[in-house]
Formats: sequence, C-alpha cells, structure tokens
Amino acid sequence: MEEKSIKFGKSLVPIEEFVAEGHNFCTGCGEALVIRLACKALGKNVIINMPTGCDEICTTPLPVTSWRVPWMHTLFENAAATISGVEAGLKILMKKDRIPRRDIVTVVMGGDGATSDIGVQALSGAMERGHNFLYICLDNEAYMNTGIQRSSATPYGASTTTAPAGKVSIGQTTWKKDMVAIAVAHSIPYAATACPSYPFDLMNKVKKGAEVKGPAYINILSPCPTGWRHLSNMTIEIGRLAVETGIFPIYEVENGHYRLNIDRPRLKPVEEYIKLQGRFRHLPDEEIKKIQERVNEEYRKLKAKVAAFAA
Amino acid sequence: MAGKKLKTAYDFTWRDLEVGNILTEAGNASLRRTGDWRSERPILDKAKCNKCGLCWLYCPDAAIKVLEDGYYEPDLYYCKGCGICAKVCPREAITMIEEEEK
Repeated sequence: MEEKSIKFGKSLVPIEEFVAEGHNFCTGCGEALVIRLACKALGKNVIINMPTGCDEICTTPLPVTSWRVPWMHTLFENAAATISGVEAGLKILMKKDRIPRRDIVTVVMGGDGATSDIGVQALSGAMERGHNFLYICLDNEAYMNTGIQRSSATPYGASTTTAPAGKVSIGQTTWKKDMVAIAVAHSIPYAATACPSYPFDLMNKVKKGAEVKGPAYINILSPCPTGWRHLSNMTIEIGRLAVETGIFPIYEVENGHYRLNIDRPRLKPVEEYIKLQGRFRHLPDEEIKKIQERVNEEYRKLKAKVAAFAA
Repeated sequence: MAGKKLKTAYDFTWRDLEVGNILTEAGNASLRRTGDWRSERPILDKAKCNKCGLCWLYCPDAAIKVLEDGYYEPDLYYCKGCGICAKVCPREAITMIEEEEK
C-alpha cells in the first residue's frame, strides 16, 4: 500500500488507518481517538496486547475485527506479564536467527481499571524487570465497559454506579491514584501523560515511548461521553479543559527529569471543567472548592519537581 | 468464513466461523455500517473549508475521508454523528443537521 501522509506544520500523520472504521465505540469516544492516533504514531511494526475493557470489546466484536496490526487479547491482570513474554520471546528468536532481526515495538493498551487496579502487580513486575515495552493507559476514569463502576483512577466527587451520589454520599470519596508517580518510582526511562485534545503531543510521546530502550509508561486521559455524562461533541473541549484547569497536567518524566509540556501561566478555575459533566452535577460549592485546593496543591508540587530539574 | 466472501458483517453467523474463532481477514470491521447510529449528520460547506484537516485528525471513528483535491469529506457509512468535527472546525465549515432534514 502506498505510504501517504498529511502534513500538519512540522508533523506528518499517515493517512492509513491501522484500526479499521466500523468499531463499536460510543459516539464521540475519546478512547477511540487515542487508539487511532497512537496506532498512527506506532506504525506497522508492532505487537499490541490489550487487556479486557472498552477498547478490546469495541474493536473486536467477534465475527469482525478492527485490527490491521498484530493484536492479542489477555485478561485484566496479566497484560504486562504477557507482553514481557512476547518481548523476551522476540529477543531470543532474533538472537537465534529464527526470525529476521528488526525493531518490533511491543505495546500494551489497557484501560485504567486494567492498569491501576487489577493489572498493577504485573505492570510493576514488568517495569522492575526492565522489559523493553510501552504501556499505554487509556484513562477514562472508571470501568466504562461494564457500566461505569468506580476504579482507583476515578476522581474525587464523581458519581458512578458503584459510588452513586445521593443524600449521604457525594460519589467517589477518594482521590485519583497517581499512576505516573508509581511508574516513576520504578525508575523507568520514560513516563508521561497525554490527552487526545493535544494530538501531536500525544503522537510524539507515543513515538518517544516506543523508541526508548526499556519500559515506558504513558497515561492518556480519554474523555468518555457515556460515563462522564457530557455531550458527545464536547470530547476535545473537555480534554483541553482538564489540562487548562490543571486537573490533568501534561508532563513527561525522562530518566527522572520532569518537564511540563503544556504550561499555562494561569490555570482556569476547575468549575469550567466540572460544570460540563453530569458525573459532577451534584457537587456543592464547598466540594468544588476542596477540589480546587487539591488541584492547586498538586500543581504546585509538580511545578516544584519541574523546577528542581530545570536548574 | 472459509471460501465465503462477505458482503456485510451482518450476513454472517456463528456457523461461518473457523474452528477456534479465528478471523482470517484483518480489519474486516470496516464492512460494518456504523452510520445508522447517527441522529445528526455533518454537512461540509466547501466555500468555507480551508483544508486544515483538523476534522480528519480529531474524528474518533476515522469517518472523514481525504479527497483527491485536498478537501475532507465526512463518510456517512461510518459517521456516528458525534459532532466533534463541527466543534473543532476553526472556520465553522461543518454544521450538524438533524437526520430527518434534507
């Protein structure tokens, strides 16, 4: 097939789709966009392993599959363990000249439940052993596939079906787990956050994570119109607001060096992000204030880490 | 699927699957028409379009096709009608209209 791409400024984006149209993702899904862009950045020489989740269910409804690149499905808990085996297998087969030597990127794309709840043990093991793989977490902040159950990546105050808001509860009562910090704690060469509202930043990070020798972890915020209860055409807008309000700062950590990729001199108030989503509709003003204080605190800590390495 | 060429993904039952549920064709999900989910459809006004390509870049369903002349056109076979293209278009060249309207 002829290699064609579209030029946006300095970036070239291939026209070819590696994930076929006709998948089952909901209207306006942010995760579908993340997978599409990430696969464009990765190209053809990949093996993708996907634990159960929206991403797996929607791209492979049985008689058909969306995948045009090698892909496999594993359980929630062993995605990182499986990719460790794939990576080690490729290495030994190439060493013995059983298959031609070339660069094959081994990638896991998992949801936030598969990453931060169920699969965190296998992920931690794979990172610690230093396998050469890229882990992409498609973070839509709950188990959307089975009907919006809370996960440890669900933010404070969000209403989910297992943490519903009502007279006695405000929904989720714990703060979002910081998976990038957990990845950084393994001293891996590359960890980052990204958002599909900034597509070139996302694609550059995926490319970088694929090129790095050793484990790489990228946490990608994927707005979910169904679970976050926002309008389907607001997906890009909401992702952008998450970054501009400081709720989901976009940064990367290269060998322990923090760098903010999108740094705004003034953060927008978190209300702008919260008011657009039905999952936060019940929140009273004092809770929003509490979230604002937490966001300011976290952002200040992140800035301090960035400043410590800038010197 | 052995020997049988599929026209759509819907004229296909579990009896047609290979042993072990093996799919023999990569990307055959593109046979499925997801366009019938739509309640609103995007209409492109070529006079306003400056061929920036943002609609193509941001479409989650890969439903915007690149035409020979450099324009981008929504492919209504796949378009689920989310309206992201109309929202991100800097020139407001894409508008969403109700599916009933002509």
